[in-house]
Amino acid sequence: MSDSKIVDARDTFCPGPLMELITHMKQSNVGDTLELLSTDEGSGADVPEWVNKVGHEIISNEKIDGVWHIKIRKAK
Amino acid sequence: MRILVVGGGTGGTILANNLARRLSAEIRARKVRLTMLSASDKHMYQPGLLYVAFGQMTPDQLYRDQASLLESSIDFHVDPVEQFQLDQKKVITKSGKVHEYDILVIATGSRIVPEEVPGLVEGAETFYTEASAVKMFKRLRELEEGTVAVVVGVPHKCPIAPVELIFSLHDYFKARGIRDKIKIKYHYPIGRIHTIKEVAIWAKPEFDRMGIEYETLFNVKEVDVKNKVVKSEEGTETHYDLLIAIPPHRGMEVIEKNNLGEGGWIPTDRYKLTMNGHDNVYVLGDTTNLPVSKTGSAAHFEAEVIAENISSIIKIGTPVRDYDGKVYCFVEAGHDRATYAMFNYLNPPDLKPPSKPMHWFKMAYNQMYWTSVRGLL
Repeated sequence: MSDSKIVDARDTFCPGPLMELITHMKQSNVGDTLELLSTDEGSGADVPEWVNKVGHEIISNEKIDGVWHIKIRKAK
Repeated sequence: MRILVVGGGTGGTILANNLARRLSAEIRARKVRLTMLSASDKHMYQPGLLYVAFGQMTPDQLYRDQASLLESSIDFHVDPVEQFQLDQKKVITKSGKVHEYDILVIATGSRIVPEEVPGLVEGAETFYTEASAVKMFKRLRELEEGTVAVVVGVPHKCPIAPVELIFSLHDYFKARGIRDKIKIKYHYPIGRIHTIKEVAIWAKPEFDRMGIEYETLFNVKEVDVKNKVVKSEEGTETHYDLLIAIPPHRGMEVIEKNNLGEGGWIPTDRYKLTMNGHDNVYVLGDTTNLPVSKTGSAAHFEAEVIAENISSIIKIGTPVRDYDGKVYCFVEAGHDRATYAMFNYLNPPDLKPPSKPMHWFKMAYNQMYWTSVRGLL
């Protein structure tokens, strides 16, 4: 059972998955876990790039049936 | 049937006018009552603020009386809602009046919150309000040399605005003959220069042609006003002589105070445009939490879908179509060229090379907006 907050950014070009994730990260508390759903092929690489650069934590990153499921913990 | 529209911006106004025409017979027969509650008796054409910031329009050109834009059958009140009591199908306004409804449309919009970034209010210019756009133009006029830094808060209204701002800055300083003395540095929150991949691919060679410096993965964290340094969450910083910010936005306070949605954004079904868990409550424009651009264009297309569906529910007992995520954005590529980005949930935009006729079309649309918002275009 997951207690992650789901950020459903499937089938969207603007503002796009990473921008959606940043919005929700700002609204979250340190320690919260978010799961981003994205159909953007680039998300598998560009989301971890940002998460690592800013200092949050990638918990998991997998593609299931064409949808990226990326779990992130807010670390700061 | 009582239909209540809360909010008199682009979305609410187009929706109310569209409904008034679709349901004119029912309204005349007093089977339907259509009411709008708004916080202001004025209606602003918000895209015009960018022109004000570059001295190309004056603020008075951006306004019309809200009542003059509405069909006469709409019962219009300047009396903002303070309480939403969805379980009792009623709202309570600032004046204390109670409005009951059968169908509610929430279109309260969004607001800038530059105060969420330390130093941004004191240190940065912006153009998202009339006063700030005028102030920004005065600062631009004073500038003779140095670095203009542009930073972008998240989330923000009109995602094309950061790119349009850069084109306008380049053309403005070029026209003054001082472009070679001004460094323009653009900072963007994600790993490319625009969130829409196709816009980023189109804009990058344009930025290179104009000599724009850019830094991606830059989420503005704070502004050191004294030393004129803007710092990012990612640990980098830029010194500036003039800082211009696309400020972060939130939904309206009344949405947050009534616990209708985190950040002031109401959880909304992306196809039906109903509030999650409330089939008789519609949400449109900036107010939704949808992963859709917060623009007048999105509000316009959403309003058309909602109007058609509410009308059909009243006439035949069922909604007739879904919102497909359609957005059409003009992209001003400087002061004499433009292009556009049109997309929906499933189809990305295909940007064409900027042209003068498209810029003239945008200039014409700045006037045609008043026809559009009346629901005639």
